Amino acid sequence: MSKYFDLTRRSFLKSSATAGALVLGTYFMGAAPRAMAGVLAKPSESAKMANLFVSLRPDGIVEITCHRSEMGQQIRTALAQIVADEMEASWDKVVVIQGKGDPKYGDQNTDGSRSIRYNMQRLREMGASVRHLMQQAAATRWNVPFDSCSAVQHVVTHNSGKTLTYAELVDEALKITPPELDRITLKERSEWRYINTAMAHIDLKDIVTGKATFAADVLEPKALIAVVVRPPVVGGKVKSFDAKAVKAIDGVVDVVEIPAAKGAPQFQPKGGIAIIANNTWAAIKGRRALTVSWDDGKNGDYNSEAFKTSLLETVSKPQKSVRAKGDAANVLANASDKLVADYYVPHLAQAPMEPPCATAMYYKDRVDVWAATQNPQADMETVGAMIGMPKEKINVHVTMLGGGFGRKSKPDFSAEAAYLSMKTGKPIRVQWTREDDIQHGFYHAVSAQHIEASLDENGSIDAYLHRTAFSPIASTFQQDATAPFSFELRLGFTDNPINTPNMKLESGEAPAKARIGWMRSVSNIFHAFAIQSFIAEAAHKAGRDQKDYLLETIGPDRIVDVTEQNAEYDNYGADKDAYPLDIGRLRKAIEKVADMSGWGRELPKGRGLGIAAHRSFLTYVATVVEVEVSDAGDLKIIKSWASIDAGTVVNTDTVKNQVQGGSIFGITAAISDGITFDKGRAQQSNFHDYRVPRMSDAPIEIDVEIIPSDAPPAGVGEPATPVYAPALCNAIFAACGKRIRQLPIGNQLKA
Amino acid sequence: MITFTVNGETREFAGDPTTPVLWYLRDELHLTGPKFGCGMAQCGACTVHINGVAQRSCVLPVSAVSGSKITTIEGLSKDGEHPVQQAWVEHKVPQCGYCQCGQMMQAASLLASNPTPSDDEIVQGMSGNICRCGTYPRIHKAIKSAAKTMAGVEYYVPDTLASETAGEEA
Repeated sequence: MSKYFDLTRRSFLKSSATAGALVLGTYFMGAAPRAMAGVLAKPSESAKMANLFVSLRPDGIVEITCHRSEMGQQIRTALAQIVADEMEASWDKVVVIQGKGDPKYGDQNTDGSRSIRYNMQRLREMGASVRHLMQQAAATRWNVPFDSCSAVQHVVTHNSGKTLTYAELVDEALKITPPELDRITLKERSEWRYINTAMAHIDLKDIVTGKATFAADVLEPKALIAVVVRPPVVGGKVKSFDAKAVKAIDGVVDVVEIPAAKGAPQFQPKGGIAIIANNTWAAIKGRRALTVSWDDGKNGDYNSEAFKTSLLETVSKPQKSVRAKGDAANVLANASDKLVADYYVPHLAQAPMEPPCATAMYYKDRVDVWAATQNPQADMETVGAMIGMPKEKINVHVTMLGGGFGRKSKPDFSAEAAYLSMKTGKPIRVQWTREDDIQHGFYHAVSAQHIEASLDENGSIDAYLHRTAFSPIASTFQQDATAPFSFELRLGFTDNPINTPNMKLESGEAPAKARIGWMRSVSNIFHAFAIQSFIAEAAHKAGRDQKDYLLETIGPDRIVDVTEQNAEYDNYGADKDAYPLDIGRLRKAIEKVADMSGWGRELPKGRGLGIAAHRSFLTYVATVVEVEVSDAGDLKIIKSWASIDAGTVVNTDTVKNQVQGGSIFGITAAISDGITFDKGRAQQSNFHDYRVPRMSDAPIEIDVEIIPSDAPPAGVGEPATPVYAPALCNAIFAACGKRIRQLPIGNQLKA
Repeated sequence: MITFTVNGETREFAGDPTTPVLWYLRDELHLTGPKFGCGMAQCGACTVHINGVAQRSCVLPVSAVSGSKITTIEGLSKDGEHPVQQAWVEHKVPQCGYCQCGQMMQAASLLASNPTPSDDEIVQGMSGNICRCGTYPRIHKAIKSAAKTMAGVEYYVPDTLASETAGEEA
């Protein structure tokens, strides 16, 4: 059973009472009979803090703080596995505390597939230092040499056979100055007992019994529910509204206007009219009764069909160079026979199953927020800016997230709740509906890409030109920005793995007429779709097997440093010696998945196999998809296979679950109609018109193999997604000869 | 006044009869197992049993459940003993977990009406429930495994169960 909320600073921190320590309003605590069961335990005031992430109770229970947000990637379990392994804690004596937003933890932005990469080493060190403390404490107690003691599973044993439990050593241990880093010894890999295993996640039981606490499950009986009617167009604002009919609804208690966002969207609320009621249904009914007219502003002209045309136009012309090698332009100009293809992927919405939700209570000198947030420190800043209070005064408690996928790292919903609480003086829960989520998102960028290549006499690519254009995430932070941040290009574009003597990569500009944000694997989705589809198209043109040609096209095993080709590339912020772009690892992933899937086997008519491979978030994934396309053009995914090399992994079952889930998430781009706009308004509103994969759209078997690796840990949550749509479309081509270059697939197979 | 039972306990409701059962359960009874996902019976996160059959509580008005027996995940078993819940643990199905109460209620209902579903019948029976984390392959396996566990065993008697646990709930 896990403890969830960081209810109190440990008494070890004597200054806690004055240091802005988190103290929940008493009625929040008192009113926790059922919803909080399993996640709200009594504060362990007697626990002593050994270091930033580990506290020990006198009864020997170890409290491990998880400072990253839990949204299904089992980070609460993985971080605990790392600490508990190194400290030789017995797993049944481990509880996990969810850390609130606090810069003392360092980065808490749970996206970019980097929780393990950023934290594994320091958490191992913190675990090992506690083990060292225990061993030292026992040695001191017994007055024997340190090396004559060993710590195993919550017990320190001396050579002579006498033992002391960790519980018996807590007080002694905390009198000892923690060891310097050079005094502690990390375990050898062969000694790991939790890391690199498939152990069950700590919240499993709470989830299957309905006790896990998501944002809307935070129980505050006095909280009023707010549903907000927001401007349908980004940059728009309320012109006038009539709330008479709203106020007549039983249960509605207030109608409050939220000011429109100013300047670049950032994570600001869009503004609008909040209907505040004493139950959710009254608030929803109230919203339906509201009459409001809008000033749409300059984005009222956004039409996604016209925008598509302009993006394709942009990539048809030379653009700013991103990476260049040889003389691709010249070779292509003189080529007699080129392969030319344009690819298009629409806006998509993350659509986590739990729509955004936050509860806030405003006090004169602080605000308490309970939110399903991927980045509580962003909530502190956004809420602080919204209500004019220093961010240090914003206490952000992170609940379980019902999915995130990037949406919940943009805490506009927390700022809405805090603002409304300030205005009403009451605790407020802002509940987004699905319509709100689909129509007021931070959307995955719409994109167009143009690729052309010439093949030499052996069919190999001897010149390659690739242009990309998309509505940039940069626009969310810099008003009217049209050029992407370099990190948006680094996601699968700049680090193109094709081995060719002549390569030119170019990036065009595009305005953003909607709020743009990151969605699981971000621009890797459309870049990998184009590149991996194009390689399969080239294979077909060369009359070669897709898989053989893919291996040949990425070239021999080597380390690629794209910065040697006039490119800006930050390698996901990671050291390029520790995390090089290693073509050999990509090759092994391809060979492994080919082997798993029985690549090359004979298939019945209407069936096809497609393959794609891609490095993203420093991890290598290859996928094979098997499909069946009927004569009538009905598509069925039969099965898929994936291999992943993510370096060192912590929980092997979680990795497999993430690869399976990331694969299915990748189906979204292929089958959803995406989010389209007319007159600046999103035209979809719920799951009936914004289609996300259902069981009937997904394979019921996805085999995953983890390629064993001692390399440093890389990303896991996102890398399975980018490969899926291209592997699927390559399979469709193999099955029926139809090439999909524009997503969604829609009725292209019916034609 | 509308009368019905929730997890075996008799309840009376005198509020707005158009209130969806979901919001009644969540806002008034603080039963938070049923989740809000779409509000239009598109995703299944809110699935509960009405007289033993899975229904979407987000579009079902309280006026329609007069005299019915409502069962939520909290009433499916005392502490996760239902074979479907156990299969979910065995196969480590959940990722974020938000949709899983609805998935399990749907699965339990499916197995109650069809104890030996084929692969395709499972897909048909479960495709009204969305899991954005994409746990479908594991849900599928867990249902097959629960079906085996449940073969020939009387497993789900909500009223009996509820009367046993009613004392603890109060």
